[in-house]
This record gives sequence, C-alpha cells and structure tokens, in this order.
Amino acid sequence: MTTPSVPASAEDTSPAQRTGIDWLFAIAVIMIALALTRVIYYTPFEAVQGPAQKIFYLHLPAALCAFTAFGVVALSGIGYLWLGDLRLDRAAESSAEVGVVFTTVVLVTGPIWARPVWGTWWTWDARLTLTLFLWFIYVGYIVLRGAIEDRALRARYSAVLGILGSLLIPFIHLSVYLFRTLHPRPIVIKPSAPSLPPEMLTTLIISFVAFFLFYLALVRQRYRLANERDLLELEEGR
Amino acid sequence: MAPSTLPAALLIARKDLAIEFRTRTAFFSALVFALLGIVIFFFAWDPTAVSPLDLAPGVLWGIFTFSGLLGLQRSFSLEQSDRAIDALLGAPISRESIYLGKAIANLVFVAAVQVIAIPAVQLFYGVPLLEHAAMLALIALMAAIGLVAVGTLFSAMAVNTKLAEMLLPVLSLPFFVPIVIPAAQATARLLSGRPASESVGWLKLLLAFDIVFVVACMLAFPYTIEE
Repeated sequence: MTTPSVPASAEDTSPAQRTGIDWLFAIAVIMIALALTRVIYYTPFEAVQGPAQKIFYLHLPAALCAFTAFGVVALSGIGYLWLGDLRLDRAAESSAEVGVVFTTVVLVTGPIWARPVWGTWWTWDARLTLTLFLWFIYVGYIVLRGAIEDRALRARYSAVLGILGSLLIPFIHLSVYLFRTLHPRPIVIKPSAPSLPPEMLTTLIISFVAFFLFYLALVRQRYRLANERDLLELEEGR
Repeated sequence: MAPSTLPAALLIARKDLAIEFRTRTAFFSALVFALLGIVIFFFAWDPTAVSPLDLAPGVLWGIFTFSGLLGLQRSFSLEQSDRAIDALLGAPISRESIYLGKAIANLVFVAAVQVIAIPAVQLFYGVPLLEHAAMLALIALMAAIGLVAVGTLFSAMAVNTKLAEMLLPVLSLPFFVPIVIPAAQATARLLSGRPASESVGWLKLLLAFDIVFVVACMLAFPYTIEE
C-alpha cells in the first residue's frame, strides 16, 4: 500500500549534510561525567542510608526523563492522529525507545538501592509496580511497531497505543496504590520546599540537567535514524 | 437510510454470535481452557498452606483474563477470511457501530464463560461464590466490560500485524492489570465475608476504567481499521 504522506515530510534533513561531531551528544556525555564526579566525590553521604543513597542521583533523573519520554509519545500520538504528519510519528518512535532505556535504568538502579536500604531487591510497591508496567506497555509499543510493514498503518496504530498507554497510567497507579505502598514519600517534587540539603539538591539538579540533555541527544539521534530509514524506504518504493 | 449506531451494533453482535453459536469452536476451547486452568491452578499451590478460599479469587480472575483473550483473538480474525471486513466497512454504518457490535458479542462470550466457570470454581474449590451471586455478577460484569473494551480494539489492531494473535496478549495484559486487581480484591473481600462498603473503592475504580476506556477505544477504533 502506498503512503501518500511520506514524501511531504521525509525530507526535513538530508543525511549528506551531517558529518562530524554531534555536539548535543558530546555535551550531554560530558555533563553526565561531571554530574557523576560530583555525586561520587563532592556530595556528602546521607546519614542513615550511607553510600547507597547516592544512586538516587541517577534513579530520580532517569525516572523523570522516562516519564517525559512517555508524555512525548502520547502527545505526538494525538498530534499524529490530528495532523497526519509523519515527523510526529518519528518523534514518538524515538522517544518511546529512549524512554524504555531510561525506564530500564530506573528498574535496575531501584533494586540496587533497595537491597541495602529496604533489605529486599524487589517489592510490589505502588511505584515499583507502576514503573514495571510502564516498561511492559512501551516494550509492547516497540513490538507493535516492529510487527507492521505499512508505514502509515504503523504510525496510526502506535499513536493509538501511545495515547491509550498514557490513559492507563493513572489506573495502574491507583490500583496498585490501593493495593499497598512502601516507596519513600516524595522529597523533591512536593508542595512545600524540597527537604534536601543544599549540596545534595545542587547535585541532583546538575544530574537532572545532564540526564535531560542526554535524553534529548538520544532522541535526536534516534529521530535522524528514523528519518533516514523512511527516506530509504521511500527510495526503494516500498 | 443507514441504521443508527446502536441497532447496527446489535446487528453485528448478532451476526458474530450466530457464527459462534453454529461453530462453537472458540467458546468450547475457551471453556475447556478455563476448566483446565481451574484444575491446574489447584495443584500449583500446596492446599495445606494456602486455603482454597484465598486461592479462588485469583484463580477466577486469572482464568477469565486468559480465556477472554481466546475469544477476543477470534473477534477480528473472523473477518480476515475473504476480507469479510471490507463488507462491514462498506456497509452504510458508522465505524463506532462496528466496534460496539464486536464489543457486545465479545461481552456475551466472556459472560458465557463466566457463567459456567464461576459455579465450576465453587464446585472444585468448595468456596461459597454463589451465595454472593448478585454482587459477584456486578463485579464480573464491570470487569468484563473493561476487558472487552480494550481487548476488542487491540484485536482489531493485532490481526493487521505480522505477529497477528501473538501480539494481542502483549498489548492487552498490561491494560488488564487495573481490571484484575480490583476485581480479584473485591471478590476476595466478598468471599471472606467483609462488608460491601470495603469494596466500594475497588468498584469505583472499575467503573472509572470502564467509562474511560469504552469512550477512548470507541474514539480510537476508526484509526485502527485498514481499508
């Protein structure tokens, strides 16, 4: 089946123009190195949890990036169904993949912290369960994308799943929250001022900026790949 | 004059149920699957450590979820042979009525499995499910609406992919979590004789899920059919 909307939107950047260093990527990697250095050498230990708490500077920024990523997937999905612009679908595709990577980071760092602090690798707490299901939904999203040949159909189906997935999140949260919860209360994003000492908060903010830049750099790379793949498929006349 | 949404939907549901009634392949396999599940799950736990009363709600909802998937898989693959879907799409009816008709047929299918599986659990597990028949029927209906709303949409999507039936559980099961948890929890409270007020929160959650996903899936359905 032909996809008439491909030619209109697959030419925004030509592959030949891009050589040399991806500056955004380079800056993000340097920022992450700086943030980790600060986390390890220049941030005090937390009194009760000791060194284990330092994983929090990776865990929370990764979680926020993952949530941002899935927000982008849902919004691009709505935009795609409305405007039919394949650029939005490529943005959703890129953001979903990067989001799964960040969610994996969250799911790996969480248990490493939980083992010494909670005394268990995993517990069926509300937020852990929500994050796990978030991971399942978006892995399903990637599987779905891989299972559809037709470009326009793939874009439509992924948009539908991306939107429904974002509608599902509050329900999973509520159902597992009613089930039971053990996760630490929010200490940064809450109505009153953050209850974190200034040095720790600074480290966290630096780490968050680094992670967010890294997210943007990865999505940009992935978007370019999607763009080139679409161009190639167009040339092959698929 | 094109029939309006609901009569057209009922017509489609009747067509699907007539096909199912004459062949009965999906219903019998879903039913046998459910009964096998009930039996196998009994042996998966040590009955001296876990009482059947604690086991029954989870078994019930686990089984409904998976046997429901069997029926849902058939919903749109039925239309694949000879591209029967094209005739449905060419009919002068709204896309929403196709979705609604398919969903109603699936709901009847899931409910029919439940009607047989619930007494079977009572029989095999010796738990007093039928004493709470009215409340249990309410929970089962609310949960079934949610399962079917999401499952029908994903069934329409899955048939057009390379993976076909294999994709349906991967897409659907995360969406079934906020149905299975409240339904199993409410059933468990019912069985242990807790007051109905303890289950109100769970029932509200089910109701909210049903409303949101019936509307969302009906709106999304027109985007999922390939013409």
